[in-house]
Amino acid sequence: MVALDAAAAAAGLRIGMPAAQAQATVPGLALRPAEPQADAEALERLAVRALRYSPLVAVDASGGLPADGLVLETTGAAHLHGGEEAMLADMVARLARIGITARAAAADHLGAAHAFARRCARPTLVVAPGESRALLEALPLAALRLPAGMPAALHRLGFETIGDLARRPRAPLILRFGPELGRRLDQAFGHVPEPFEPVRPVDLVEVKQGFMEPIGAPETLARYTEKLTLALCAALEAKGLGARRLDLLFHRVDDRIEAVRIGTATPQRDPARLTRLLCAKLETVAPGFGIEEMRLAATLAEPLANRQSVSSLAEEPEADVADLVDTLSNRIGERNIYRLEAVESDVPERAQRRVAALAEEGRRSVPPARWPRPARLLPVPDPIDTIALLPDHPPVGFTWKGVRHRVKRADGPERVFGEWWKRDAETAAVRDYFRVENEAGERFWIYRAGDGADPATGSHRWFLHGFFA
Amino acid sequence: MRMSPALDRLRVEIRRIEAGERREAGVLPFGVEAIDRVLPGGGLALGALHEVTEGGTGALDGAAAALFAAGIAARTKGKVLWCITRQDLFAQALAQAGLDPARVIFAEAGDEKGVLACIEEGLRHGGLGAAVAETARMPLAASRRLQLAAESSGTVGLVLRRRRRSTDAADTGPPSAAATRWRITALPSSPLPVPGNSFSSLPVPGIGRSRWHVELMRCRGGEGADFEVEACDAQGRLAVPSELADRQAEAGRGQIRDLPIRVA
Repeated sequence: MVALDAAAAAAGLRIGMPAAQAQATVPGLALRPAEPQADAEALERLAVRALRYSPLVAVDASGGLPADGLVLETTGAAHLHGGEEAMLADMVARLARIGITARAAAADHLGAAHAFARRCARPTLVVAPGESRALLEALPLAALRLPAGMPAALHRLGFETIGDLARRPRAPLILRFGPELGRRLDQAFGHVPEPFEPVRPVDLVEVKQGFMEPIGAPETLARYTEKLTLALCAALEAKGLGARRLDLLFHRVDDRIEAVRIGTATPQRDPARLTRLLCAKLETVAPGFGIEEMRLAATLAEPLANRQSVSSLAEEPEADVADLVDTLSNRIGERNIYRLEAVESDVPERAQRRVAALAEEGRRSVPPARWPRPARLLPVPDPIDTIALLPDHPPVGFTWKGVRHRVKRADGPERVFGEWWKRDAETAAVRDYFRVENEAGERFWIYRAGDGADPATGSHRWFLHGFFA
Repeated sequence: MRMSPALDRLRVEIRRIEAGERREAGVLPFGVEAIDRVLPGGGLALGALHEVTEGGTGALDGAAAALFAAGIAARTKGKVLWCITRQDLFAQALAQAGLDPARVIFAEAGDEKGVLACIEEGLRHGGLGAAVAETARMPLAASRRLQLAAESSGTVGLVLRRRRRSTDAADTGPPSAAATRWRITALPSSPLPVPGNSFSSLPVPGIGRSRWHVELMRCRGGEGADFEVEACDAQGRLAVPSELADRQAEAGRGQIRDLPIRVA
């Protein structure tokens, strides 16, 4: 038995059991021959797909063969996916969609993350910087990637957790169990670096530059970045492609790899523009003792044909802001740059949606709002206390956040029906919106849930929903 | 503005020295004579940074300031970058203030530093009509950077100061390098032109066009003033309330106020 699913584990089977015994334990057990070669290839394919999260991805074979995981260096990449928590959740969810149960952990170093991902009960775990040591010490020895048999031998000596081992003098242990034990401990606590060779897709457009003398000065890095970008753009042009995502890798003399990634909203092969985007991120690169090789790869490329620009000489064309959008996307993440587009819905919170900043302008079939709309809308309507005559008078006054407002003028009601064709819960729902102005001239948008007569249409409670200027 | 020819010449001279190598970006008139008259050059300087705060109790959460800025941005050409930490604007209201939502690119940065960095990037780019940032804090050094960025490209920069607490209403904020600082306070709306008896069955009168008390609290090369105006129409233009338009003393020239001189 090499692997089993959740149902099999629940039935009392274990990895390492002879097949005959397993079949005897669970009658009618479905067995498939193990295919290590196919597994390894599938994992490799997953690693290439995981390049969307970070430029540095590898199949994690460090725990001994067969490889059973992926390792990603996500430093500086997590915020583009909404933070580490969100990124891990997204990974696990994507894998679940293709039928793979996965667990993900983020920690200070590879060794610690390796242990947490395999030992944590939750599907995702983010360990804050500096906190991995305490958590690690509570884990059993098996989390330490030791050679087979060694955890059992240590167990016989009374060592239960990693903490037990770490607190002992190192020399006698190494004398007995060999240097591997010390190396694994140091890797888990991040005392020694643990380089890995990242995967590259096969048909990658890539250019590289090796250096006789390691380089490290920022100006030198910028100069070679420009040279590499020029070479890459020429290679892309030969293939008729434009880059959507560029990864610039810096191989350091101490075997570590620093990476810079940029993305663009549309396929690009303008060297000046790509260089500018890359150079803006160079400050995040720590050259250490020097960099001996730089590689620039277009990890995501799309066809880009030459195109004739149409221009009328008479009027000034509107300036192109695509490069600004790219710069900002690389700074704060693509999903945080957007436009608001009107949606055909009377329910205010659904009347707009986010679209990509450079998306084609919509069909413009949505008519503009007929009645004044508030400049600011509360994400969740706030309950207010009111005194109002039912069914269709505006309130005489209302209390919001402990402050009482006397209504001097008001317009309304504007009746908004629930979208019964979309949601069952809104079959009878009605909101009556009022625009009210207080003595100071502050204008609010408030509504009553329900039509004021029929309890089926709403709770008849009042809410504040927005602010007029 | 009241000035002698000698003072006039001096001002031109000073402006020429100050300008240095940067290009003259021109001005964007409000189309309201009272306001344009007190602004140097006859309008809101393009290629400069302007600050907008909200007056009153702060209950409106910067709605008037946002629409004031939207009205200015609406009258520029090109895309508008709007940098925020948290989205609470309603696109339909921007459209009603003349700013087509299709022109507005929102940049939602995680924190205030990010917001300032984004608007600086937008101001340096030069292809935008206007760049707007909503922030609670803008240190003097940051405002200087933004002002320089705006000067280098000719894009108009608008910073909306959001208040975190309602207590700092009277606070005029820390000094900044912005060319102008405005404070917008909502006033009771214009009366509706309806004879008394036709709507007498209504419990309270209806709401007319919004009115603002617009205070020009600081103006580089000019004097502070305050105005009572009607809010932006669908083209982003302010208007002088009709019953005030006839009263020369009040509306004809913005009331010049004595404001303490503050070195920014």
